[in-house]
Amino acid sequence: MTTVLTASGMALVVMVFAATLMLTDGLKKTLVETGSPDNVVVIRKGAQTEVQSGVERLQANLVESLPGIAIGSEGNRLLSKELVVLINLPKRGSNKPSNVVIRGVSSISLALRPQVRLVEGRMPQPGSSEIMTGSGIARRFQGTGIGEHLRFGMRDWTVVGIFDGGTTGFNSEVWGDVDQLMQAFRRPVYSSMLFRLADSNNFEKLKVQIESDPRLTLEAKREPRYYLDQSEAMSKFLNILGMTLTIIFSLGAIIGAMITMYASVANRVAEIGTLRALGFQRSSILAAFLSEALILGLIGGLAGLFFASFLQLLTISTMNWQSFSELSFSFSLTITTALQSIAFSMVMGLAGGLIPALRAGRISIVDALRES
Amino acid sequence: MAAGSEIVIIKNVTKSYRRGNQIVPVLEDISFTIQSGEFIALMGPSGSGKSTLLNLIAGIDKVDSGSIIIGGCEITTLSETELARWRAVNVGFVFQFYNLIPVLTAYENVELPLLLTRLSRRERRDHVEAALEMVNLADRMDHRPSQLSGGQQQRVAIARAIVTDPAILVADEPTGDLDRVSAGEILSLMDHLVQDFDKTIIMVTHDPRAAEKAHIIRHLEKGLLTDR
Amino acid sequence: MFMLKYILRNAFRHKLRALLTVTGVAIAILAFGLLRTLVGLWYLGVESSSSTRLVSRNAISLVFSLPISYKERIRQIPGVTKAGAMNWFGGIYISEKNFFPNFAIEPQAFLDLYPEFLLSPEEQKGFLLDRQGAVVGQKLANTHGWKLGDRVILKGTIFPGQWEFVIRGIYRGAQRSTDETQFFFNWDYLNESLRRTIPRRADQAGIYIVGVANPEKAAEVAQAIDASFKNSLAETMTETEKAFQLSFVAMTEAIMIAIKIVSYVVIVIIMVVAANTMAMTARERISEYATMKTLGFQWHHIAAAVFGESLFIAIFGGIVGIVGTFPAALFIEKELSQFFPTFQVTTTTTVLQLSAAILVGATASIFPTWRAATIRIAVGLRRIG
Repeated sequence: MTTVLTASGMALVVMVFAATLMLTDGLKKTLVETGSPDNVVVIRKGAQTEVQSGVERLQANLVESLPGIAIGSEGNRLLSKELVVLINLPKRGSNKPSNVVIRGVSSISLALRPQVRLVEGRMPQPGSSEIMTGSGIARRFQGTGIGEHLRFGMRDWTVVGIFDGGTTGFNSEVWGDVDQLMQAFRRPVYSSMLFRLADSNNFEKLKVQIESDPRLTLEAKREPRYYLDQSEAMSKFLNILGMTLTIIFSLGAIIGAMITMYASVANRVAEIGTLRALGFQRSSILAAFLSEALILGLIGGLAGLFFASFLQLLTISTMNWQSFSELSFSFSLTITTALQSIAFSMVMGLAGGLIPALRAGRISIVDALRES
Repeated sequence: MAAGSEIVIIKNVTKSYRRGNQIVPVLEDISFTIQSGEFIALMGPSGSGKSTLLNLIAGIDKVDSGSIIIGGCEITTLSETELARWRAVNVGFVFQFYNLIPVLTAYENVELPLLLTRLSRRERRDHVEAALEMVNLADRMDHRPSQLSGGQQQRVAIARAIVTDPAILVADEPTGDLDRVSAGEILSLMDHLVQDFDKTIIMVTHDPRAAEKAHIIRHLEKGLLTDR
Repeated sequence: MFMLKYILRNAFRHKLRALLTVTGVAIAILAFGLLRTLVGLWYLGVESSSSTRLVSRNAISLVFSLPISYKERIRQIPGVTKAGAMNWFGGIYISEKNFFPNFAIEPQAFLDLYPEFLLSPEEQKGFLLDRQGAVVGQKLANTHGWKLGDRVILKGTIFPGQWEFVIRGIYRGAQRSTDETQFFFNWDYLNESLRRTIPRRADQAGIYIVGVANPEKAAEVAQAIDASFKNSLAETMTETEKAFQLSFVAMTEAIMIAIKIVSYVVIVIIMVVAANTMAMTARERISEYATMKTLGFQWHHIAAAVFGESLFIAIFGGIVGIVGTFPAALFIEKELSQFFPTFQVTTTTTVLQLSAAILVGATASIFPTWRAATIRIAVGLRRIG
């Protein structure tokens, strides 16, 4: 019984440990996949997110004319000028409002983002009041399914398509024609530009060109880097929190393991004495108890990992403090995390069982036999 | 209780234990009586049921059938609560391994049964000190069991057993864990209690020297009394 | 009383085990307390909301602003005492690590609508008169060593450029929970600068802070305000300050829920450890309990002994944990002030911590207590520890 209790304690701690790692991995996955390294995001200098940024039409045209931007199959430049704003939408079922990203896109936007695919309906017609929504939004927010309507900017907008962005941030966005949206929101400036590099190695050169031009107050980043920076604060916070908790919890579990191991030693003093009298060395006794502690840790770790793996079924959506937009991610279990968790658990068992095992090794034969 | 009267009456008592799926009979339809003021030794091979019989007399186990009347009270019909209350006042139990509470001093161990009565602190003190005097351990009353020898611990146990002045004392292998000298002291003490204080003592033992000290020896074999 | 003496002596019978268990409980209760305080922080804004203030924002989202012309119209709504424009500035002081909230706000409105920020008459006058004036909270000033008259430069993110301010007031909070890490400066300074550099962004209020005369009528006034701007270019969404703060909390709800769950898991873990200890302890003492039953003690005496011992150890550990929570919170407040501007342990938290300790002690001993209390004497005596 006590073994079960101790192992359960350790299992719980391993769950928290694994959950933390899985969370950071899941977060990273969402962010990193949200972006292709050949793409470059251009926003206003000093703005940390597209929402805070503003790019004047003039500046946008200047950037568009730069050499180094990839040319598409139809001879057009693979560059998209986009608008990004937030609107407050109520969730289905709970009516609780949350901020949702609306992105004004051009015909090239989809091409620039290979992770995004249209799965239902069709693309909005340019020049119309039509929009399409990411599957993460369509499910959870009112009025965002196919055929449904949203109202903003004094107009009604019809959802004509749903796209799937996988685990990327785009999955939580609503897309519409950039010119229509700029009109509706009365925004005379773009938020950002996204373009594909003709030659990926040319990034640095192009970056310097954009950032040192006195007519442009812009900065350029590779797309994955842009998204990574956006959630730096959040990941750091979650990471620190998770690790602190794990340390605290593991102290509790180690104490539990210690108590169990001490009792285990105390209960088997006679056994130890007999074994020693028969000729077993102190070191074998020590090894025996250490192995027991390790196995305890192993069992606890496997159990904890097993339950932690169910977390993968959960999706967390929260607001990113930096960008004020929805951030949706799930727990991701990797082999590395699994191995680290098992190792962690065994170390916990070891830490708990070390001192009792040392004590077991040090018991003198005479004392041991007398106690029985 | 007048000497010579029947203080323990055992009538048609049967008791068996369940071991796993099997039911093992221990005592089968056993009947006998014990006179007040007697010092009886119950002997027999292991498994003969002597400890079981002792437990039934002391009221710490229940019969399957039959009746036991002690001092005029039919304990077999008492509820658990009533039995506990009856035990506290009417029986003293002495164990082979003393069974003293390690965190309590000798004084506090002896005081234990009195805590279940309505006696005041001062009254309790009088009883405890008297009991410890009787067993010659008044000077060690503040010692914990770990600070006492085997013989001394058993004497504290006896003091505890007599502190409520019960009519009968029940002892299960009281000398089993003692060396010859201490064992002798304990047995003399028990004899003293019977001769000078009219106690009735029922002792289970397999030590022939202990049995010698008793007045009557009864043998139990396979749950049945044989008289040798 | 005997039982107390018995419990106490038994609790420390096995010193090492008792020490380990107490330490475990202490750590768990400490962690629980810190986590609860963390959750409480989230709601700090909500807690310090005033029932006489409303927040009016663009109905589309916070990202859109409202014309400054709305101010007069809002003032005219019956039930409104004052209204002032406020913009989230989002400026950075030297590096992003030094994050603190900074706002542009109309000075008179600020002084009228936020009575909980205590300033001397000279400081108030200074703020009103100096275009570049700024009022900062005491805690913030202490963190960066700012004094009255100091020049502070913020790097704009939403409004680009280097912005220079002069500290004209350092406010203290009227209550302990009042946020003293905020930075307020003159709205007109921002607006005039915008009129010169980016005119199309000028004359825009991020939100309006609206004061109401009667808190009971807050909902009505809010609706009246929204009704008057319905079907205009910028529709408003007005709610009480509390509701406004709550909406922020709601958006990061998932994290909060996770932390709350984790705080309960801590308790469960230590419950398991404590149960382990009690199970072992009770098992070792079965023959002792049987002996006491022989002497005439009954099941409730034994139950009290086991239960009492478990409670004692748990509460003892709990108190150690509670006592340790305060220095830990102080440490967090000092060293991690950029993440946690205030880290106060509330009385509620302490009460919850104690309750948790009691719960741990109680549940850990349920099974051992039951086992010890119901042990049959003959069976119990047969066990030798």
